[in-house]
Amino acid sequence: MYSASDLKKGLKIQIDNEPYVVTEFQFSKPGKGQSLYRCKLKNMITGVIIDPTYRSGDTFQPADLVERRMQYLYNQEDEYWFMDVENYEQSVLSAEQVADAKNYLTDNLEVDILFFGERPIGITLPNFVDLTVTKADPWVKGDSVAGDTKPVTLETGYVLRVPPFVEENGKITIDTRTGEYVTRVKG
Amino acid sequence: MSLGSKANSCRYEQMRLAGRKQNLWLRARMIQSIRAFFMEREYLEVETPQLISVLAPEVHIEAIHAGSSYLHTSPELCMKRLLASGFPKIFQISRCFREGERGDLHLPEFSLLEWYRTGIDYKALMNECEALIRFVSQSLDMGWKIHYRSNEIDLKKPWERISVKEAFGKYASISLDRALEEGCFDRVMVGEIEPNLGTMRPTFLYDYPAGMAALARLKPGNRALAERFEIYIAGLELANGFSELNDPVEQRARFERELQIRGAEGKEIYPMPERFLRSLEHMPDAAGIALGVDRLAMLFSGVQKIDEVVSFTPEEV
Repeated sequence: MYSASDLKKGLKIQIDNEPYVVTEFQFSKPGKGQSLYRCKLKNMITGVIIDPTYRSGDTFQPADLVERRMQYLYNQEDEYWFMDVENYEQSVLSAEQVADAKNYLTDNLEVDILFFGERPIGITLPNFVDLTVTKADPWVKGDSVAGDTKPVTLETGYVLRVPPFVEENGKITIDTRTGEYVTRVKG
Repeated sequence: MSLGSKANSCRYEQMRLAGRKQNLWLRARMIQSIRAFFMEREYLEVETPQLISVLAPEVHIEAIHAGSSYLHTSPELCMKRLLASGFPKIFQISRCFREGERGDLHLPEFSLLEWYRTGIDYKALMNECEALIRFVSQSLDMGWKIHYRSNEIDLKKPWERISVKEAFGKYASISLDRALEEGCFDRVMVGEIEPNLGTMRPTFLYDYPAGMAALARLKPGNRALAERFEIYIAGLELANGFSELNDPVEQRARFERELQIRGAEGKEIYPMPERFLRSLEHMPDAAGIALGVDRLAMLFSGVQKIDEVVSFTPEEV
């Protein structure tokens, strides 16, 4: 159980059976008055932001959150299936929950799936993933319109700009936090 | 910790303190000028113990324990005992301690200027506050203007005086009476009223509901109100003053009420300050005030966080 004085940025609490993360926090106390804790909280499932003011004496349940290491299996329409690497249990995330992470998901990739109780609610990717280039146009020398890069398509369908020397069927490393090209994978 | 990270942490500390150097100089000069102001007016500077066995029981102030005693939350009780014993004009700058108060405007250990004077009431004390802040500003070569939170505050014009009731009428979405009934006084004060106070010139917000001033005298003719005021500059609460209650019977009843609420809220029950109550019988009419020294340094330095006007915050020790 947390009390109001435990509130700080990043703390994850449970309100009306939903997990929230504290994104902003301000302690205030008018002269001779009670302590007030003004917060912005983000619903970790819906993304909705609320701004409650708490008082000393208010208490909160910690959000029951746990991350499990899981392997990506496949996707079927809007469902993305994952398997726990320890107990082989399978879980599913919606396309909305997976969001941009879908650009980096390849068979058997190990990711961290965030669970609220029994319910999977989010995904954390490795910072770097290696992906195969499935379509790359040859670079036309002198085409300086887009600078020294060209667009390529990866095995996941993700399209990004890379240096001209990247070739079809080659592998490249992508930074999943920025979505940008990092380097060619040799071998 | 590796040697490298030790060196980094030293460098970080040097940079942090270098960034505060100007503020620390200003703070030191400010405290010198506060002393000069009171000495010129023939106030006696006093020091009262910070380690105390009894304190004023107030609902919303939590003391820090030190062994079987407390660190004082303000020097108020000892200073009033001095008033009662024939010291008519006294001031003190002391470190005070309050449990759980930490934010952009709060430190659990902070500096408080308190001064007390017999023979005046809260309105006369307001005038002395104006004189003090003007004197300090002049001593710091800051002229008559404070620039804070994109406000330009004129210290020279007569300061605004507005009652709590008027302020609710002017700025709040709810009347004072309704706010009291619904128990949202503090929330409305912080969210709707405070940001509007002291934006052109400093504001005295005065005549608080009686229940919010455990040590203040009630207004003759209207016992629902206490002769208490707060100073606001650019929305920042700077000081809390009042006409001192010197009726020991009434003071005991007020403390009992505070303790009762504390008990109902499951808070620690502080002992009744018996010696203070006995000395109140001899205390002449007086007014007194507590002013946040760190906050005043913030105003003159133009910084938004109290961290910027101290050498070390609790997290940095």
